[in-house]
Amino acid sequence: MKEFALIFRLNDVADFKPSPEQMQERMNWLAGVAAQNKLVDKGNTLLPIPGSAKTVKPDNVVTDGPYTEIKEFISGYIVIKADTIDEAVEIAKGNPIFQVGGNIEIREVLKRD
Amino acid sequence: MINTKSHNELLPHLFRQEYAKMTAVLCRHFGLRHMEVAEDVASDTFLKASESWAVNGVPENPTAWLYTAAKNKARDYLRRNAIFETKIRETLRPSESEAGPDIDFSRQYIADSQLAMIFAVCNPVNAPESQISLALQILCGFSVEEIANAFLTKKETVKKRLMRARANLRGDHFQLAPLSEAAIRSRLDAVLATLYLLFNEGYFSKTNDLVVRKEVCSEAVRLTLVLTENELTDTPQVNALLALMCYQSSRLEARVNDKGEAILFDEQDKGLWDESLVARGNYYLVNACGGNAVSRYHLEAGIAYWHTTPTGENKWPHILQLYNQLILVAYSPVTALNRAFAYAKVYGCEAALPEVEKLDLAHHSQYHALMGYLLATVAPAKAVCHYEQAIRLTNSQSEKRTLKRELGRLKAKAAQT
Repeated sequence: MKEFALIFRLNDVADFKPSPEQMQERMNWLAGVAAQNKLVDKGNTLLPIPGSAKTVKPDNVVTDGPYTEIKEFISGYIVIKADTIDEAVEIAKGNPIFQVGGNIEIREVLKRD
Repeated sequence: MINTKSHNELLPHLFRQEYAKMTAVLCRHFGLRHMEVAEDVASDTFLKASESWAVNGVPENPTAWLYTAAKNKARDYLRRNAIFETKIRETLRPSESEAGPDIDFSRQYIADSQLAMIFAVCNPVNAPESQISLALQILCGFSVEEIANAFLTKKETVKKRLMRARANLRGDHFQLAPLSEAAIRSRLDAVLATLYLLFNEGYFSKTNDLVVRKEVCSEAVRLTLVLTENELTDTPQVNALLALMCYQSSRLEARVNDKGEAILFDEQDKGLWDESLVARGNYYLVNACGGNAVSRYHLEAGIAYWHTTPTGENKWPHILQLYNQLILVAYSPVTALNRAFAYAKVYGCEAALPEVEKLDLAHHSQYHALMGYLLATVAPAKAVCHYEQAIRLTNSQSEKRTLKRELGRLKAKAAQT
């Protein structure tokens, strides 16, 4: 089995704070992946709010947040296992993030070892 | 001096209660490597009691009598052993046992030894089923035959399993001294895992004998209680596990009918639930709430707690939420299926079908039992197929009977329409 990182992106910081119903849907989806025994790492949420997000650039340029140039921002990630990337895509399709216009990038993990 | 109570009824009871404690204290004295000596001394003591009490009657304080006798037997053994070591073998190293300090059978010392013994036996070098057998034998005083009954296994198999497991323990050099914080930290998880399995062995036992199952469950509770009695092991996790055991035990009577068939949760006679055990579960669950760590035992105790409450608006959403968290920390096929059942309770049977289908557990009888349940209304013919497959796949006779009953009900309903 291969491992794939699912990287979640949102368009609007306002979507970042989910309603209880959205939270429940996310949790149902995540647990559904775990119930198939395909969750490798339940990952983490990456805070996009001021004070929690900065970007360092060449020449010691530090900017607030990840979202000065691109509107989209990464909101979190998880790692799953699947036989093929197509299977990983199928799993990702069930995520409720699409209801708020977010997207999921899927990347096969090449382990450093 | 003479007690009117017959020694025949008193001795088995005392044996169960005191044998394991006595062995623990003696093991600590002789060292884990000489576990057999400790067990011989303890067995000899009980043998002597049965002979002596038959003739002289039961002494006023039988427990004290037993410990005095054990002390003497141990001293005799050490003396004989010292002679052997010095006179016959002429070892250069002075025998440790020569000093032969008196064996301490005080309450505190017994409690400490028992706790240390639990930690020694719940050793991850042994496979789970060996650990459970070993725990039943050494910590609970079960005979090989009783263990074989509980597991529905041949005596020979249990014997072999125990022999291998004991050899592993002897090789481990675990010190039966008062437990250090480091020893506790490194092994508490393994201890809890064994006690959890021990309890489940009783609760979900293959045997239909309710007496045996109750005994195994109550032994697991007793050993977990020992952990709560020591400051160092009285952790939130231990309390959570104990809460779980109390909640589950409260339903033990209601889970099986007089024919030994498992009764589905919805159909259990709630009047048979033991309210006092539910209350104790609540007590330990509150104790478990100190600290920030949420263990699988917390989650399972939470689920068991909600099961004790009447069905209301929030019951199943809470249970589903807890199963969602549980599956993230501890995957098992059974948890995945139970979670899907909770999902059906919240979102309806049809919505749950895809959740179950993608689980890839078609080789499990419980998968088909759940599919049968979910399909019963929308597609009875398919449901029948699933129930039939579930019956084929299960090895448990009581489960077969329960499934056949469901199947019969379904067929009767189909015939009516």
